Amino acid sequence: MNDQARALKPEEYYIDDEPYYESVGSEIDIFLAAYKQQIPVLLKGPTGCGKTRFMEHMAWRLKKPLITVSCHDDLTASDLVGRFLISGGETQWIDGPLARAVRHGAICYLDEVVEARKDTTVVIHPLADDRRVLPMEKVGELLEATEDFCLAMSYNPGYQSVLKDLKQSTRQRFVALEFDYPAAELETRIIKTEADIEQSLAERLVKFAHMTRNLKGSGLEEGASTRLLVHAGKLISTGISPVDACHSCIAQALTDDVEMLAAINELSSSLF
Amino acid sequence: MSLPPFTYAEIEERLDDMFVEANEDLISHLTNFDIQTQDTLLELISKAASTNSGLAYQLCLRLERAIALMEIDTIELWLDQAIDAFDNKGLYSSIEVLDQLESVAHHAKQKLTGIAFEEVCNMLEHFVIGLNGRKLNIEIGKKCYTDTETIFVPNMLNQFSEKDDNFQLYKCMVVNLWAQNWFGTWRQDLTELFSTYENPQQAQDWFHVLETIRLDYKIKDELPGIHRQMQRLCKLSNHQSIEETANSIKPHTITVHSTLEDTLSLLEQLHHLPAPELHSYAASIDANEVAITREARLIKEKDLFRNVIAHIVDEKKQQSDNDDTENSADSEEHKITAEEIPDPNMPEGFTYQLELDGDPVEPPEGVESLISSIIQDLGEIPDDYLVAAGDGNYKILQDENKIDNSNVWAGTYHEEGAFLHKEWDFRRQRYKKNWCALREVDITPGSTKFIDETINKYSGLIKNLRRTFEILRGEDKILKKQPYGDDIDIDALVEAYADTASGMEMSENIFTKMHKEERNIAVIFMVDMSGSTKGWINDAERESLVLLCEALETLGDRYAIYGFTGNTRKRCEVYPVKTFDDAYDQKTKGRISNITPQDYTRLGVFIRHFNQMFETVEAKTKILITLSDGKPEDYDGYRGEYGIEDTRVALLESRQQGVHPFCITIDKEGRDYLKTMYGTASYVVIDDVSQLPLKVADIYRNITS
Repeated sequence: MNDQARALKPEEYYIDDEPYYESVGSEIDIFLAAYKQQIPVLLKGPTGCGKTRFMEHMAWRLKKPLITVSCHDDLTASDLVGRFLISGGETQWIDGPLARAVRHGAICYLDEVVEARKDTTVVIHPLADDRRVLPMEKVGELLEATEDFCLAMSYNPGYQSVLKDLKQSTRQRFVALEFDYPAAELETRIIKTEADIEQSLAERLVKFAHMTRNLKGSGLEEGASTRLLVHAGKLISTGISPVDACHSCIAQALTDDVEMLAAINELSSSLF
Repeated sequence: MSLPPFTYAEIEERLDDMFVEANEDLISHLTNFDIQTQDTLLELISKAASTNSGLAYQLCLRLERAIALMEIDTIELWLDQAIDAFDNKGLYSSIEVLDQLESVAHHAKQKLTGIAFEEVCNMLEHFVIGLNGRKLNIEIGKKCYTDTETIFVPNMLNQFSEKDDNFQLYKCMVVNLWAQNWFGTWRQDLTELFSTYENPQQAQDWFHVLETIRLDYKIKDELPGIHRQMQRLCKLSNHQSIEETANSIKPHTITVHSTLEDTLSLLEQLHHLPAPELHSYAASIDANEVAITREARLIKEKDLFRNVIAHIVDEKKQQSDNDDTENSADSEEHKITAEEIPDPNMPEGFTYQLELDGDPVEPPEGVESLISSIIQDLGEIPDDYLVAAGDGNYKILQDENKIDNSNVWAGTYHEEGAFLHKEWDFRRQRYKKNWCALREVDITPGSTKFIDETINKYSGLIKNLRRTFEILRGEDKILKKQPYGDDIDIDALVEAYADTASGMEMSENIFTKMHKEERNIAVIFMVDMSGSTKGWINDAERESLVLLCEALETLGDRYAIYGFTGNTRKRCEVYPVKTFDDAYDQKTKGRISNITPQDYTRLGVFIRHFNQMFETVEAKTKILITLSDGKPEDYDGYRGEYGIEDTRVALLESRQQGVHPFCITIDKEGRDYLKTMYGTASYVVIDDVSQLPLKVADIYRNITS
């Protein structure tokens, strides 16, 4: 445990071990086909259903570095493309993550892209159609993407807000893959594998997740995601009681409303 | 030093003031108390009287006995329950509650350990939704049972000496009744079946016992935590557990896989014996109530389902018509089938997927829960459900389903399709739940002549307004000397080098950053359409709206305009003149022209409605502006302090939600009550109506900059 954290350049971030991913439908084939045809990919789906894990898995499959940008509402075009910095009395151009990905033929994954400012998302347009170039106005260059480069982004259509919607001109450039929570049997298998717990326990956790998903729209904004279930499963596998694990990992993560919390806790204590 | 108690005459006078007729015994009884108690009791009577004089009269009849049995706090609780019953079901039902005086008193004695339904109802409702299945309401009932849409439970439980145990009892009751619905106790109409036995009641009791045993197995399997609680409760009350009851029955053939049929065949063998007693958490059953509710639902859901099928087939037909216009000759029949697909979250372990000519189709929204409800009732989707509703039939039903907003009085207290909002009753110091029914009613666009005239009349002003509003518009600003930014700030860099050369530390702030000052404002204008605005006030209101719209279009703030009016709590109406999504176009202009005075001003409900609307709007600043001409007032007692207090509380809710309320009024007396309602700085009184159009845009500019 004494080892220092490894420092890597983004374009050197290769995923060596296969990330665990259970295919739900044909998403792997579609992604591979889109990659081959150099079409960018849009992943849609609720939080914690496996979008990022899917990207890691694909990066591993394709043996390409994965550069992830978590978008936020202050993300500017320079944050993606790059900027001049001062070094030793001279200016020096530093590539942003998107430019790096293009230059090195990596996979660039823009996570939660709707969070970014609308003017920012426009810079990816030339990259996302058949031109596949990244204009870098400040250095007066066009960066042409190689075959290896891949652009992917994710967004959660659940947050329905006028402000947080993807422009048509952006979304119509992408092949869209829809993600949702996996079917019960598959979800059980995922939790069993990820958290290393017994089948019956994983089944109960999935059942509990469905109970919270029933409450979506009746006081909860979202039901428990697969990720939360894995968290709870992991705690249980270290000896925490299932009721406590569900309380800390799931109930508290879903809501602050006292009555709703009580109801969710009662549901978990009914199951275990 | 305390004051002397009220005398007989004084009490009589106070009661007279409330128009309450009380018998002499009560009044003389009241003279026996100290003045504080007298005052509290008289307040209670007045509270009842403010609801209904009949209720107050009934209260007085029972008050003497109530005082003998209960503490004042409990009397108040008892009265509150009666008032609630009055609100929901009328006088008769509230008298029923008053009649439960003895049991309330009895419960109150153990209240410290007991638990009232009110304390747990919200939680239990969430809990049941979480459990799955058709939505079940939870209400107070005389006995504990379910009619397959509502679960009825006692208003208080105090069987155990620990509060938590009583809560667990509530939970176990609810789970047991939920299980009846979920695991198919009511798959058949049982009333007829019971009547074929020589002793129908005994047969029903036996059925209850056997089903409870069957459900006990299911619950043990699905919800072991609850099952443990059930066993614990039995032990606590020294009652035999369901398992023990089951074992005492010979023959005993029920297992976790048993179905309703197994129960019924066992009933055949056992019905002549005396049925064993069950623990109170097993609740009870009422086959008659179930039959009524179930039958109505079966008809409704079958129609709904067949309409869905018709809708899917229709869509397919249209699609294929578009696809092959040449081959339109072969108009083949489309066939819908329902395929079983495994679903461990259903009681039988499967649900249905609709297939059209063998291809799975995505059912419209809400159909999944419809399918689930049908499976709950019948265990399957019968074949006759899969026939598309005929063309004529389909249309008729559609028309029925469409809620006719203009026809709200057609049914008694017809609340379907309306938004229900609470209302604050200051006399009771609590909310009346789901008190007001509010509908959004379309306003037909009229001619835009009025708008054009207004624009002409104020053309100079509009130009001026536009200019002043343009200044407010957000601009891009380049921030200099930033530690981090898009570009290098050459000035700062030169300075930094100069600093370094002179031996100082080099500054890090050498970048420029683009900063977009965005006006992120969403505003709703609610326009008073009450009868009192008739005439030039209405004109002034409409003119103000035109000027505002013109100004706001330059500014780019998101805005919506709604007219509001109402006639009693069951008929509150908002008229969407311009929603956030509408453009300021001919239609919107036409709607502004057509704003016409109607009925009354029940402000609170509208404010709550817009608060709710604001929840879905994302904006840094949310403003709710009321254009009004007077006090909140409605036909059914919504006036004076009551109306003002309700509005005040509704506005407090707005603020808690981050909405800034503001009121523009032309009521000269407004200053007296607006301060209470809106607070000192959040209202403007315009003395001269003709000034309204000139002022409104100005006021808007002031409050948003």
